[in-house]
Amino acid sequence: MSNRLNVLKTCKLYIGGKFSRSESEHYFQALDKKQKPLANLCRGSRKDLRNAIQAARKAQAGWAGRTAYNRGQILYRMAEMLEGRRDQFVAELENAAVTRRRAESEVELAIDRLVHYAGWTDKYPALFSSVNPVASPHFNFSIPEPTGVVGIVAPDDNALIGLVSLIAPVIAGGNTCVVVSSEKHGSIACTLAEVIHSSDVPGGVVNVLTGFRAELVSHLAGHMDVNSVLSAANDPEQKKIIQENAHLNVKRVHFYDATDWMKEQAQSPYYIMDFQEIKTTWHPVGT
Amino acid sequence: MMIPDFKQTVPVDQIGVEERVARFRTRSIKKESKLFALKLALQMVDLTTLEGMDSPGKVRQLCYKAMYPHAADPNIPMVAAICVYPNRVRLAAEILKGSGIHVASVATSFPSGMGTLESRIEEVKYAVDEGADEIDMVISRWAFLKGEYNYVFDEIATFKEACGPAHLKVILETGELETYENVRKASDIAIYAGADFIKTSTGKISPAATMPVTLVMLYAIRDYYLRTGNKVGMKPAGGIRDAKTALHYLVMVKETLGAGWLTPDLFRFGASSLANDLLMQIIKQKTGQYQSPDYFSIG
Repeated sequence: MSNRLNVLKTCKLYIGGKFSRSESEHYFQALDKKQKPLANLCRGSRKDLRNAIQAARKAQAGWAGRTAYNRGQILYRMAEMLEGRRDQFVAELENAAVTRRRAESEVELAIDRLVHYAGWTDKYPALFSSVNPVASPHFNFSIPEPTGVVGIVAPDDNALIGLVSLIAPVIAGGNTCVVVSSEKHGSIACTLAEVIHSSDVPGGVVNVLTGFRAELVSHLAGHMDVNSVLSAANDPEQKKIIQENAHLNVKRVHFYDATDWMKEQAQSPYYIMDFQEIKTTWHPVGT
Repeated sequence: MMIPDFKQTVPVDQIGVEERVARFRTRSIKKESKLFALKLALQMVDLTTLEGMDSPGKVRQLCYKAMYPHAADPNIPMVAAICVYPNRVRLAAEILKGSGIHVASVATSFPSGMGTLESRIEEVKYAVDEGADEIDMVISRWAFLKGEYNYVFDEIATFKEACGPAHLKVILETGELETYENVRKASDIAIYAGADFIKTSTGKISPAATMPVTLVMLYAIRDYYLRTGNKVGMKPAGGIRDAKTALHYLVMVKETLGAGWLTPDLFRFGASSLANDLLMQIIKQKTGQYQSPDYFSIG
């Protein structure tokens, strides 16, 4: 038995491709499943959220402007990096919440899910586009385009697979996102941010905040520069706040609070389509 | 009035100036004071467009933006002035007539100042005839840097005369003056030659307005006021894009010259994108929700 003191990690926020401390300089402690201290987390503030949304907005046009093929490559790269950190994630998940067997299957599934969406980036537009018959000399077609900046509220369980299943379809479709991670499992979100950081995802495409959800959700849903909110947190009070505040700029709101992310059905191109807008173009044609 | 010997250099403590500015940046203004300051800053904006591609339509749009900054909230104040090239002055003056918004025009071979003296005087007179009540002139930096201070002094005095009733703002183009001592000297020359306002930059070269440079100019204004009792205005221009920076400037003015200068008659911001950020912050203060540029008119 050594006398060595464990060095607990201080997890930082991930904003605009940089790991930064909260401007509030407040912290909170996350506990493991035995209620022992696990990590120190930044208590992200309203202003951190604002900065993250600004970063996401700045990155959005560039990310949407990349070729679909390139976005697929980058998502695949995320899967590769996650594979490389497999043991770390298994250990962290086991520490934080679940059995070893469950942790292993969750990490494997998360890797496979990233590969799944990596494959979809250059295929879903073909699947969901259409050429429409019209009664005039026009070539009329409809294509999906990204909604913009998406606010993601992470679920409390399924710390890794839940988060990956929310982020992947959103960014696969050319959106950028700001993630408010679970209070219980902020450290997992933090480690996932490190994976994202090391896998060619441009800064600002994924921003990860830790903190008290109740302090952040209303501002996320009320921010006029956020185009859509996706919440998987099962909290009726917060769902109500999200819906109330989202009306201000008519955000698209989706609640995925009853989804079992371990199931095969929890991945499909329809999750990408939840954050796409259909643009229809009329192009005159000669006879 | 004793005109100082411009061959003598007024020393400027570079480290002192920069540390003082760093202090201003730490001031935090909240709630009602913030809303007051944001509205004041908006009233101080010279909404500017100085591009070769300024069509009449673009200028018209800018004038409407000046009069109705944010149609959704009629309680928002108008900006101080519109700043355009001389050939767009007539149009701007027609649209803004009766609104109380000033029409400023750059003249004197803006931005370089490299025209002949005759053509530069002609340009000032033309702009005033067309309806400009504020003239933004550029000094001959080449002459200043060569040490021909009398030349610079005389040209400013000449343009002041050509302005007639219009106010004269003297652009020093501090980005080309190299040292704080030079900025101070150019400020003194402009002030003693009759400037109503001194202005940092054309906005065409970088760096444009910075807080340390502005502070040095404010010191010149203060010393002149203490000596003569006359108030000269200050206009930082270029590079001020966000409301936060604008508030820091206001703090600097207040703490250097006093509240007497916190009026559009004595302090202006030369800017274009600043106005919308101020508007967004004003609405944020009123509603509590962070705003998006999507819901504000471009101007």
